[in-house]
Amino acid sequence: MRKTALDCVYKLGKIDERVVFIGSDLGPGVLDKMKTEFPQRFFMEGVSEQYIVGMAAGLAMEGFIPYVNTIATFLTRRCYEQVAVDLCIHDLPVRLIANGGGGVYAPLGPTHLAIEDIAIMRALPNMAVVAPCDADEMNRLMMSTLDWPHPIYIRLGKGGDKIVSEEKNGFELGKAIIMRSGTDGMFVTTGVMTQLALETADLLKKDGVNVGIVHMHTLKPFDSSGVISAIENVRAVVTVEEHIVNGGLGSALLETCSELRPDLLSKIARVGIPDKFATEYGSQNSLLKHWGITSDTLVGAMMKKLGG
Amino acid sequence: MQMDDRSKLLRRYVIDAMRGGGRGHLGSSMSMIEILRVLYDSVLKFDPANPKSLDRDRFVLSKGHGCLALYAILADKGFFPISELESFCRPTSRLGGHPERGKVPGVEASTGALGHGLPIAVGLAIAMRLQKRNSRVFVLTGDGEINEGSNWEAGMAAAKHKLSNLTVMMDYNKLQSYGKTSEVLDLEPLVDKWKSFGFVTHEVDGHDVSALEAIFKKLPFSDSAPSAIICHTIKGKGFPFAEGNPEWHHKSGMTESDIQQMYDCL
Repeated sequence: MRKTALDCVYKLGKIDERVVFIGSDLGPGVLDKMKTEFPQRFFMEGVSEQYIVGMAAGLAMEGFIPYVNTIATFLTRRCYEQVAVDLCIHDLPVRLIANGGGGVYAPLGPTHLAIEDIAIMRALPNMAVVAPCDADEMNRLMMSTLDWPHPIYIRLGKGGDKIVSEEKNGFELGKAIIMRSGTDGMFVTTGVMTQLALETADLLKKDGVNVGIVHMHTLKPFDSSGVISAIENVRAVVTVEEHIVNGGLGSALLETCSELRPDLLSKIARVGIPDKFATEYGSQNSLLKHWGITSDTLVGAMMKKLGG
Repeated sequence: MQMDDRSKLLRRYVIDAMRGGGRGHLGSSMSMIEILRVLYDSVLKFDPANPKSLDRDRFVLSKGHGCLALYAILADKGFFPISELESFCRPTSRLGGHPERGKVPGVEASTGALGHGLPIAVGLAIAMRLQKRNSRVFVLTGDGEINEGSNWEAGMAAAKHKLSNLTVMMDYNKLQSYGKTSEVLDLEPLVDKWKSFGFVTHEVDGHDVSALEAIFKKLPFSDSAPSAIICHTIKGKGFPFAEGNPEWHHKSGMTESDIQQMYDCL
C-alpha cells in the first residue's frame, strides 16, 4: 500500500507540475524515479516535521500540491499545531501520507504506533481523513486527490497483498462503499480492517448468519446518509477499526446516529484498540490479537448484538 | 533616537486600534514600527489594490502578536481604510488579536502560534524559485519566539536550499512575556547562532530609519545563502512607562486614561 501511494505521487507529479513530494528522512531510494526525472520537485528535508508541514503550507499557498510522507505518529503527534494552524486554518491542499496506521510498527513499540491518529486528525476542521483498505483502493484514492481543495490525511495500513476492493465501486472521497450487503448484521469498517471483516462475514455465513460490510474509507467527511442507509435495516452493527475506540470510526458512527438516528444506537457495538498504549511488541497480528481485534472477537461482538 | 512624524503617526494608528479593542500587545508592536515602516516604504514590492498580485514580495509576520503594527502600516498603505483600525478585536472585525490570511488584505499567513512563520517562508521562497519569480520573501520573528525549535529546523533548511531570496528579521527587544530573554532562555550568542545556521547575518538599530534603509539596500547579503538581520529594538518604544517594561507586553481592559496617556507621549 505504501509503495502504491508513493508510486502514485510519481505518477501525479508526471501529469501535474503542481505536485511536489516532501519526505522527512525516509529509507534510501524512496521515489528515486521522481528524484531523477524532476528533482526540483523532490524534497528530502530531514527529521524536522514541524518545519516540513510549514514548508508544505508555504508551497501550497503559492499553488503547489505537496504530498508529505513520513511515519504516522510523527506526522500527527509531533507537528499537530503545524497541521492545525499551517494546514487546516489556512485550508490548504496538502496531502499527508502517514505510514503505519495502527499496529504496523508493532516491534517498535508505542512511540511508533499510530493508535489515535484518526481521532486527532478528525478533530481538525477542514481536514479530510482517509484510510483505504488495500493497494488498489489506495491507487484510486491517490489519483483522485489532485483537485480536492483542502488538506487530506491519508492513513496507510498494512494488510498484506490481498486485494478486496473492486474497481466497479470506484472511489469518491466522502462516499461509503457497501462491499457486501447483509440481512442480519453489518460490519462498519475502515482501512485494512475491511479485509478482516470480509473474512469474518464469510465465517458467519457458514453458520447461516448473513452479515454485510460497509467500508468507510473516508472517516471525514463522514458519509452519514450512506452509512445510515446501510445499517438501518439490520439488527446488529459492529464497527471495526485498527485504532483506539475513542474518537475513531466507532465514535463517528455513534455521533452520527446520536444526532440523526438515535433509534439505531442500541444495536451498535465497537471493536477497536483499548484505551491504553501498547504494552507488547511482536507483530501486527500478535498485537491485533492482544487488542482483541480478531475474527473471533468480531463474531462474538456480532452474535452478542444479534442476541445469539 | 527621536521619532519623526511618520513614526509617531504609525504609533498613533496602533493606539487608535487599541482604543477600539480595549486591548493589545503594545510593547511587542511598538518595537517593530520602524522595521515595518522601512520595509513597506522602501523595500517591499506590493500593490494595495491587488494584494495577491503574483509578483509581489511576501512578508510574513511570524510574531503575530505584533499585528497592531502590521495593521497600522497596511492601513497607512491603503490595504484597508484607516478608520477600520478602531474595529480591532470586535466580534465581526477583520482585525483580530492575531493576523489572519484571507481576512486581512496584505496578510500572507495566519500567525499567532509562534515558530510558524519561518517554516512557511521557506516554503514560499522555494515556491518563488520553482516558479522562476523574482519575488522576495521576508519574515519577522520575535526574540522570545525563536525559543521554538521549529525556527531552527527551518533555518537549517533555508541554508541547505541556499535561499538567497529569503530574509529573516528579528525584533530583538530583549524582553519576552515573563521577563528578560537573557533570563528566561538566553539567545546569545545570537549573531553567531544565525551565522552557524548558514545565514549571512547583520545587526542594525531597529529604530534607526536610515540604518534600516541602508541594511535593506544590501540585500541579498549573499547570492547563495539566506540573509538574517538582527534588529536591536526597545520594547514599547516611544512610551516611557512601557519601554522595557514586561507589564506592557500585552494589556487588556484598558481605560480611557490609559489610552490618553499613550496619545500624550506622541
